[in-house]
Amino acid sequence: MRSSGTPARRLVAFSVLLLIVLFAVACNDPQSTVNPKSDNADSVQSLYLLVFWLGMLVFVGVTLAAVVFAFVFRERPGRQARQIHGNTRLEILWTFIPVVILVVMAVPTFQVIIDTTGDPPSDSLVIVATGHQWWFEFAYPGQGVTTANELHIPVNRPVSIKLLSDDVIHSFWVPQLSGKTDMVPGHENSLFFTPNEIGEYRGQCAEFCGTSHANMRFRVFVDSQEDFDAWVASTLAERIEPSDELATAGEQVFTTSACIGCHTVRGTVAAARVGPELTHFGSRDTVASGIMDNTPENVARWLRDPPAVKPGSKMPNLNLTEDQIQKLVAYLESLK
Amino acid sequence: MATAAGTMPAVGSHTGLWSWLTTVDHKRIGTLYGVTAVLFFMLGGLEALAVRTQLAVPNATVIEAGRFNQFFTMHALTMIFLAVMPLGAAFFNWFVPLMIGARDVAFPRLNALSYWVFLGGGLLLVSSFIFGGAPDAGWFAYAPLSGKTYAGSGMDFYVIGLLTLGLSSLIAALNFAVTIINMRAPGMTMMRLPVFIWMTIVVAFLLILSLPVLTVALVQMLFDRNFETNFFVATNGGDPILWQHLFWVFGHPEVYVLILPSFGIISEVLPVFSRKPLFGYTAIVFAGVSIGVLGWAVWSHHMFTTGLGTVPQIVFSASTMAIAVPTGVKIFNWLATMYGGNIRFTTAMYFAVSVIVLFTIGGITGVMHAVVPVDTQQQDTYFIVAHLHYVLFGGAIMGIFSGIYYWFPKMTGRFLGEGLGKLQFWLFFIGMNLTFFPMHFLGVSGMPRRIYTYDAGLGWEMWNMVATIGSYIIAVGMLAFVWNFFKSMRKPATAADDAWGMGATLEWATSSPPPEHDFDVIPAVHDRDPLWYNRDHGITPEPAPAHLHIHMPPPSYYPLVMAGGVLMLGVGVLSHLAVTALGVVIILYSAWAWILEPTD
Repeated sequence: MRSSGTPARRLVAFSVLLLIVLFAVACNDPQSTVNPKSDNADSVQSLYLLVFWLGMLVFVGVTLAAVVFAFVFRERPGRQARQIHGNTRLEILWTFIPVVILVVMAVPTFQVIIDTTGDPPSDSLVIVATGHQWWFEFAYPGQGVTTANELHIPVNRPVSIKLLSDDVIHSFWVPQLSGKTDMVPGHENSLFFTPNEIGEYRGQCAEFCGTSHANMRFRVFVDSQEDFDAWVASTLAERIEPSDELATAGEQVFTTSACIGCHTVRGTVAAARVGPELTHFGSRDTVASGIMDNTPENVARWLRDPPAVKPGSKMPNLNLTEDQIQKLVAYLESLK
Repeated sequence: MATAAGTMPAVGSHTGLWSWLTTVDHKRIGTLYGVTAVLFFMLGGLEALAVRTQLAVPNATVIEAGRFNQFFTMHALTMIFLAVMPLGAAFFNWFVPLMIGARDVAFPRLNALSYWVFLGGGLLLVSSFIFGGAPDAGWFAYAPLSGKTYAGSGMDFYVIGLLTLGLSSLIAALNFAVTIINMRAPGMTMMRLPVFIWMTIVVAFLLILSLPVLTVALVQMLFDRNFETNFFVATNGGDPILWQHLFWVFGHPEVYVLILPSFGIISEVLPVFSRKPLFGYTAIVFAGVSIGVLGWAVWSHHMFTTGLGTVPQIVFSASTMAIAVPTGVKIFNWLATMYGGNIRFTTAMYFAVSVIVLFTIGGITGVMHAVVPVDTQQQDTYFIVAHLHYVLFGGAIMGIFSGIYYWFPKMTGRFLGEGLGKLQFWLFFIGMNLTFFPMHFLGVSGMPRRIYTYDAGLGWEMWNMVATIGSYIIAVGMLAFVWNFFKSMRKPATAADDAWGMGATLEWATSSPPPEHDFDVIPAVHDRDPLWYNRDHGITPEPAPAHLHIHMPPPSYYPLVMAGGVLMLGVGVLSHLAVTALGVVIILYSAWAWILEPTD
């Protein structure tokens, strides 16, 4: 029977190897939590690796013991079970070992908690993020810029994000840049981090917030300082006046219909703050809080019936004619 | 069946529907709890299958967003309050009196009341599907999403349903605490109690202390929703975080309410089939008690992302890590119980051993979540879904099925088929690992929980498909169980008193199934494993006297009537207050009649 422990051990070893490979594969996914691109995400990652390996150790030990004991001590004729009631030394030992493991985890954990909470660095770029059902609003008080669903930040500079909510609880989460923090009505939460690689990152609301929780997504663009400055400058500007006929007609439709009840396009009469700011809509990569690429087809699809694209959408079906939709699409896409 | 000699002459009718409606016998009430809970378990499973079917592929359109949110909310509520808790109650009812050597619980009519109130509350909650939509704000019902501005009448069903179910659990918990403390057989000291009974008493106290907190929170929500108060409404000065604190002060002890009965069960099954005493009884008991105590100091680990601040994060991180120590002690002692044994691998033992491994996985990921910065990545992702299902399916459900297979001959006089049983085990084991293990990968790849749809290209497609296939395998396993049940019930009841031939605890000293009065002669207890002690010391139980003069409580329909009144209280809040008034009248009338009811 001694030999039957070997296939059991091989099975466990194989499973463990498989697990490690599979966990590692998750690194390359676009919304991965283990592909950090900021200082804070890095320190989370180092803790994650520590607890992952410690956990793997315990898992292997317990599973191996259970499988081996099950093989070795299975019922056999003539075998007598050993009538042992306990062993104080052993029991003290295996109370103490977990304590040691936990202390090894606790010390760096507390250190990272202290490093990543509290006050942000004083030279941080301040952003106010507000959660709405079901989109994100981003304001830059220092720059005077307001935008929606696409956050631009410069690389290698700390950003401090104040988190607010306009309705229910949401959660701001960009896995590659930071752990999540909730946006709670009546509270002012915040998080801060310093992104260290230029790129486009995916974010998503992580706290269940109603019908279209699944459709509350956003993008973060970590730009070079020059690109960021250019983006701020262009976003600060009023809307580009429509040049072609179709877009001009679109602005006509926009400013004389229900659109202006909720949206802002600076330079026109539209100045409402209920829905996303649209002054530079055409320059965004995505529409409808990150759920579709910003293409004329998708914008038309959205305008035709928003709740069909995003269930529960606060923007109702406005029963626009195909003609109106054509004009509005041309107009919105012209707002670079 | 070894029939007990000279059982009592029937008091009233002992068969037929009426006997079930009026029974105060703890065993029949246990059966009612068990059968009801298994039916609700299958309903909760169907809700899960709907969720998994929608998530099998990206951008699926099987069920629409609003309905999806109702399904995942009701899946949790069904499994927690209508399946796992009452399955625990089914075992408490059946085996607390039998294992401590008592003839019934301390308050038999209250026991019936708690079942009927549970049934009413459960049906009320589920009926929301046909009356304007089920609750859809998650089982945690965070304000303000659960408030009247954002949620429909489903949340009123949630409030009333949980208040009703909480009442049922509170009654049952008090009953079992009193029973265990007062009604033990001679010689059954506290430190000779079977571990299952110890876990029962810990669960009872967790419920007694935590349910009032939930009740307060639910009443506040009821008032916010219906009477314009603002406990949780931030715009009028309330605080949604207050709800979270109250909910989790209940909600975390509730996790132990769900898992400890299973720990108790496998602490009975492992030693019996290893044919050796439980290793480190004292340590396991104190570990269970300290889990019960520490369980009160960890609730905020459900709230690490709410902006608690530096110090609370460190404190709740430390307390959450601490709870891993007694949990580890239990796991090591279970392994040591197997060591050196002569292990008979029955289906019950398969399930029990699987709990050790599966719960360990859930325990390890639990410790990962105590590491706050890691938790801020994993919170509200599928990693948590994986974690909680390893605890609640791998720990609680697998343990409960271990108990079902182990005690089925005691409860019915019939064995469940071992072949079908092992088939069910492997379908459950493979199915649950296929369903829940890939969810770790999904969480690490950034998939949030509670989303009804997701895009292709995020690395989530394959594992979601695997998880969905796994969930269907679990469903097939459940069909194997149902088949096994009916097949066994058609056979004659032939199980011996000590059905497995190796029982250690008192329930194996009476017939299978036991007579209404449980024991002809209340057994004397000399050791922690009383039957093994008697066997090894040549002690034979006292023979039953020719004529038993055992007084058992007569059946009563007042618990049913009063439960009807309690249900009407809630139905009135949801419909017309006149119904509530009528409910009050019925409760007062039945309480009065209950007091005056002759008991012999």
